[in-house]
Amino acid sequence: MGTPPEHTSPGPPGGRDYTEIQQSPEFGELRRRYRSFVFPLTVAFVAWYLLYVLLSNYASGFMGAKVVGHINIAFVFGLAQFLTTFLIAWWYSRFAAAKLDPKAGAIKSRLEQEGGA
Amino acid sequence: MTLTQQLAANDASEHRTLIVSLFSCFVVATLAITVWAGRRTKDATDFYAGGRQFTGFQNGLAISGDYMSAASFLGIAGAISLSGYDGFLYSIGFLVAWLIALLLVAEPLRNSGRYTMGDVLAYRMRQRPVRTAAGVSTITVSIFYLLAQMVGAGALVALLLGITGEAGKNLIVVFVGIIMILYVTIGGMKGTTWVQMIKACLLIGGTLIVTVLVFHKFNYNLSTLLGEAAENSGKGKAFLEPGLKYGVSTTSKIDFISLGLALVLGTAGLPHILIRFYTVPTAMAARKSVNWAIGIIGVFYLMTIALGFGAAALLSQKEITDSNAAGNTAAPLLAQEIGGGGDSTGGAILLALISAVAFATILAVVAGLTLASSSSFAHDLYANVIRKGKATDKEEVGAARISAVVIGGVAIGLGIFAGKLNVAGLVALAFAVAASANLPTILYSLFWKRFTTQGALWSIYGGLVSAVGLVLFSPVVSGKETSMFDQWDFDYFPLENPGLISIPLGFLLGWLGSVLTRDDDANGKKYAELEVRSMTGYGAH
Repeated sequence: MGTPPEHTSPGPPGGRDYTEIQQSPEFGELRRRYRSFVFPLTVAFVAWYLLYVLLSNYASGFMGAKVVGHINIAFVFGLAQFLTTFLIAWWYSRFAAAKLDPKAGAIKSRLEQEGGA
Repeated sequence: MTLTQQLAANDASEHRTLIVSLFSCFVVATLAITVWAGRRTKDATDFYAGGRQFTGFQNGLAISGDYMSAASFLGIAGAISLSGYDGFLYSIGFLVAWLIALLLVAEPLRNSGRYTMGDVLAYRMRQRPVRTAAGVSTITVSIFYLLAQMVGAGALVALLLGITGEAGKNLIVVFVGIIMILYVTIGGMKGTTWVQMIKACLLIGGTLIVTVLVFHKFNYNLSTLLGEAAENSGKGKAFLEPGLKYGVSTTSKIDFISLGLALVLGTAGLPHILIRFYTVPTAMAARKSVNWAIGIIGVFYLMTIALGFGAAALLSQKEITDSNAAGNTAAPLLAQEIGGGGDSTGGAILLALISAVAFATILAVVAGLTLASSSSFAHDLYANVIRKGKATDKEEVGAARISAVVIGGVAIGLGIFAGKLNVAGLVALAFAVAASANLPTILYSLFWKRFTTQGALWSIYGGLVSAVGLVLFSPVVSGKETSMFDQWDFDYFPLENPGLISIPLGFLLGWLGSVLTRDDDANGKKYAELEVRSMTGYGAH
């Protein structure tokens, strides 16, 4: 694979100008969909996790309150972190498969036809 | 005869023979697979990325194998058995962290990189300085992690096999090192991936058996198990609440926040995890593999709760700490107890099983780490910096094999000389360095147009130096009884984990270095290329 020496490893297919594609409305829409889903969600789950860390630190009375038998709020909270992690992973994957993959695939195959890469 | 005495007994006991034979089976089987995989390793893509032929499920299993280290299996179970709820906090951070990898890193990385983390970091930057930085930070993170595993291996194996002499321990560290070098040099990524998959199955299987037995003993009632654990630990209700370990002072509380940050942000910056995303054919397969990993790792951590509280309920605190002060042998001890106790065949078999699984765990993780650091050395430093991209595939793989031997040798040496280091501190440090030096640069590279070469360098070196520097002046290294050098006092930084300072610093320096400079037009063009490729998979290797 012939690549310029300054940018060796990930060889760009052909020497095409990607700026045009990057600024196309179609790609803009893909980026908007991806970022508007992923960025707020990341902020949310990191905040949810930090809330848990802070409550563990500074709200021991609340965390120690009994729920059922010997199971307290701290325990339920911890298990809830597991549950939300599983749910977010599932939710993102469903979103990506429905909203991102078809769009990304369309741009990709158009590029492949044009570029003959 | 107590369990501990039995374990420490040096004479040929029944379970010792069992442990050795089970472990030998694992070593022989995995080496055979390694040789088989080695025959099928023809080019650089095979060696670095396993030919990119693994399925999402296979890679998910292998990721789990790479991630569930001795620190999480033995360490978390041990920490729960001694500190109760606070031990459980670790596993939550370790799991939630995967969402960052899933949402932000795995797919773009798979689409735009080739073999290493450095491929993506250097994509639009000046190659040589950024690749050098990426290589240095990859190797630093991996060595810290590796060191923790080697120290753990030495201590654990010595204890379980009843080898107490210094020479015997060293022999085991050398043995672990040699096997891991064989895995990596012969089998490359293909062989190592199979080793990880087998290990993950063994670990999940072994943990599942003990978990079911523990629950059986408590009539499948979680509340009864927790109540029994609290009572038997002698700490009562506090055992089930946060604060037993981290709640003692203001400093320890801040330390806990620092640790929490490092855990949740470190995973997506661990080089040996990142290179696993290259072993599947597409970004969709990479997504699927992270999903499988989240499922497998999540279930595993849920089972460590049963292991930890089970050990607290069924063993006395003294039994646990007599065997290992940090509780690292609580899981094997529990296996013996739940199998019917020290004198029973069931106890001996279960102890042997869990111990063999623990060895397999350490061996597989060190192989993954060695592969990550030798790949980065060969691909980032040798091929792209030293040879300026003119090395052939063959020369590159040759360099990777040689560096695997060297890194393996370094790990053996460190493992021997660093026998008394604090294992948990080293692992947390590896996470903190990964979160401070690697994650900011990965995220900026992928998502921020204005990111420049100087920003990348400031972020990587700034994060690296501040994380390592702060640890150097922390109680991990000096000033406390549990420190590396307990005879000296230069612990000017009060926290054991540097993450709270070094992670924001890594992000800040990446931003500052970028706004102060402007790269030439090439950066903008390459960013367009990187963005299009990372989002669509066009031109992916």
